[in-house]
Amino acid sequence: MFEAVAFYLFAFLTIAMFFIAVTTSQALYALTALAAGMIFISAFFFILGADFLGAVQIVVYSGAVMALYAFGMMFFDTTREVKEKNGNKYIIVGLSVISAVLVVAIFSAPLISENITALYPMVEGAGNTQEVGLVLFTKYLVPFEVAAVMLLVAMIAGIVLAGKDMDLSLTLLDDKEIEEIKNKKMKKVL
Amino acid sequence: MELYLYLALFAPLAGSLFAALFGASPKIMIAGIIPSALLFASFVSSTILLVYILSGGAPVHVEMMTWMATGNLYIPFGFVVDQVSVTMMMVVTVVSTIVHIYSIGYMDHDKAFNRFFAWLSAFVFSMMVLVMSDNFAGLFIGWEGVGLCSWALIGFWYHKESATWAANEAFIMNRIADLGMLIGIFLVYWNTGTLQYEQAFAVMPALGTDILTLMGIFLFIGAMGKSAQFPLHTWLADAMEGPTPVSALIHAATMVTAGVYLVVRANPLFDLIPHVGLFIASLGAFVALFAASMALVNRDMKRIIAYSTLSQLGYMFVAAGLGAYWVALFHLMAHAFFKALLFLGAGNVMHAMHNELDPFKMGGLKKAMKWTFIMMTVASVALAGIYPLAGFFSKDLILEVAMIEHHYIIYSVLLFTAGLTAFYSFRLVALIFHGEERYKLFGVHPHEAYKFMLIAMAPLLILAVIAGSFKMTYFEMVTAVLPATEYHVHSAVAYWIMTIGTQLFVIAAIAFAYKKYVRSGITVPDGTSKMENRLCYKILSNQYYIPYIYEEYLVKPYRELSTIFWKQIDMKVVDATVDGIAGIIYGTGEKTRDMQSGNLSTMLKWMVAGTVGLLSLAVVFGLAVRYSVEIKAILSGLGV
Amino acid sequence: MMEIGLNHYLILSIILFTIGLIGVMRRKNLLLLFFATEILLNSVNIAFAAISHFYGDLTGQMFAFFVIAIAASEVAVGLGLLIVWHKRHGTIDLDTMSTMRG
Repeated sequence: MFEAVAFYLFAFLTIAMFFIAVTTSQALYALTALAAGMIFISAFFFILGADFLGAVQIVVYSGAVMALYAFGMMFFDTTREVKEKNGNKYIIVGLSVISAVLVVAIFSAPLISENITALYPMVEGAGNTQEVGLVLFTKYLVPFEVAAVMLLVAMIAGIVLAGKDMDLSLTLLDDKEIEEIKNKKMKKVL
Repeated sequence: MELYLYLALFAPLAGSLFAALFGASPKIMIAGIIPSALLFASFVSSTILLVYILSGGAPVHVEMMTWMATGNLYIPFGFVVDQVSVTMMMVVTVVSTIVHIYSIGYMDHDKAFNRFFAWLSAFVFSMMVLVMSDNFAGLFIGWEGVGLCSWALIGFWYHKESATWAANEAFIMNRIADLGMLIGIFLVYWNTGTLQYEQAFAVMPALGTDILTLMGIFLFIGAMGKSAQFPLHTWLADAMEGPTPVSALIHAATMVTAGVYLVVRANPLFDLIPHVGLFIASLGAFVALFAASMALVNRDMKRIIAYSTLSQLGYMFVAAGLGAYWVALFHLMAHAFFKALLFLGAGNVMHAMHNELDPFKMGGLKKAMKWTFIMMTVASVALAGIYPLAGFFSKDLILEVAMIEHHYIIYSVLLFTAGLTAFYSFRLVALIFHGEERYKLFGVHPHEAYKFMLIAMAPLLILAVIAGSFKMTYFEMVTAVLPATEYHVHSAVAYWIMTIGTQLFVIAAIAFAYKKYVRSGITVPDGTSKMENRLCYKILSNQYYIPYIYEEYLVKPYRELSTIFWKQIDMKVVDATVDGIAGIIYGTGEKTRDMQSGNLSTMLKWMVAGTVGLLSLAVVFGLAVRYSVEIKAILSGLGV
Repeated sequence: MMEIGLNHYLILSIILFTIGLIGVMRRKNLLLLFFATEILLNSVNIAFAAISHFYGDLTGQMFAFFVIAIAASEVAVGLGLLIVWHKRHGTIDLDTMSTMRG
């Protein structure tokens, strides 16, 4: 019973938060609502027994990603309200509802057939984190490493794109030129 | 012999093409001389062929090439020179050569000199195709060709509205009749399986009378258009808008006689349906009287001569309808000569009087234009049928035929018309050449035509006089292909009474004309005299109001109907449909242009729409797979 | 109603996905568009985790991990690009971002 109460509560909260994020005209409210929604989704993961996933959701999404967005928001003028010239409301809502109905139809079909087998069955007795570690570092090792590389690339890309004087490479210049640049900077300050 | 056939046939075409090269250029003499020379060559070839046929040679039959050979239909470009066609060839080439040479002088000051000769020679070529062809299809090609060339020649001075109107009227009336002719040709083909004269006529006796009647009637409808029989006669008088040499060639000697030629050529058919022949003869007699009555009061010189042509065509059809085909052909030949002479003389008068056409405004021209006076008088005497000129032999023969065949009504009509013919012909001559010189009131200084034009007209003069003597030779030659009925009145007394009576009647008419119109004090009628206000005068001078009836009750409603078809149906329905299709395509393009606007939001919306489409396809196919058995059952139940 | 089955989670996931779609189609500010994209990814994560739970299969959770990793890197790169664009043009409104003459 608790499960049901928790499910419905968090479901209602999540939907409300995301709805606010999508429809509000204030950018800060949207950010805040999004962050709240992320937290509530991690609640779902905990309900479903995916502890590791839930923790990762809070740390990565609500922590890192939202922080990134918050820093990004500093660049833009967020005190103004976002003025949006909206297209036809009905097209938007209609398309979305139709796609929702279709997906429901598709999803409900195989459930009737009931012949899905588990590829990587859970091992009983171990905690979720240990199970995840077992599968992640054995069966999914290559994707793991690739994901790591991808994150590295993304980080460098982020730095290069957003940093100042990124076209100037200190490691490729010799000492004399570095001295010159330093002197120039000192002169400016003075 | 085939060489002469081809030469006679294609020399006019070569002349026409040569003159057409200069069509847009200013007048150049050689564009008139070469066609005339080539036509003279055609004349020489025809003469050689005539001599050959006269001396008993077999008809020259060539098949130049195949035109259509599909299934059971076989139509070649074939030409035959037999007795009938060689007579027509002689008539056509003689008159055409003379008219060409005359035109070099007549069209001297015309800017479109070269174009005239191109069309004139093309006309002669079409006429040669018509008379020399050995099947109905070739005949029809020539038929249409002369129609086209006569349209171009009547409307030669196309800047004049009246000329283009007359040209269109001629062409359209001919076209209406051609529809009948085409139906006749179709009937011939359908029932006999061939369009060649010999083979078709050989099969015809085996066919039923009603189908033969239909064939004959429809072919005659075509002849009615070409030869301007009632009710398709109005174009002939209006066709005088064209230059006078055109009238001489086309409306005296050649095109209008094509109808008679058709009836003569199809004589095996018309022999089998004598009731149709009687109808033809009656119509001919009616037209003869009808046209002569309109010429009595007309004040346009060329129109008077045109009505006389119409009247004489009626005579020819009487002869052909009563089965006397050789008589009809003989009258055709004689008539061509003196009618062409009349027209060319009228051309001289017109030139001298600066295109004045009203004989009341002329008078006393015999002093200034001696030779033209002589020629026109001789031609009128021949037309009236006075012995020993050509007209006597042919016209009196027709009267004899009518009498012998016991068609007394036709005989009396023709006799009365002969008197009328003499009257109006000499009314014209008297008004133009005798009496006071009324033209001086209008400040005109007439002069005779160029010498070479008079010399060119001379052969016609000679032929008009002596053509009657050809009768026996002609009869022996032509009865190889035409029925050789000799027409003799049974008792010599009756014959002499008939002949002398006719002559006296005609001479009395001439005298009456002279008395009335050769006197001093003739003034130009201006609409106030008692005569002009009499009802019968009004009826006759308005041509029985027939052109008015046609204009009011045929042309105007048809024009209205055409306007409706144009504005309501063509523009609103057809154009709207075509424009609508184009509009739909344009509209679709305009709408779908927004798909590629470069706006990310729009593209995202389209992406979702595409996803929805794919999802729905997935659902549909999934359902189909899932319920395939039931779907097959339903479809087989529906019968697919 | 009381017994929470796979269907409940799937329907929840679909609703969230629809909200995300509405946001994607509606938003004209690029930053807010990214927010809607995050919603989409999260809804899918819920679905994966639910299926993994109800079928006893860890594949779903693995997938959800990688989705999170990719989403994080996507945010980094995306924000960097957004900043560069903002520096150059001073606005991040979608309607100004089209140079095609369509």
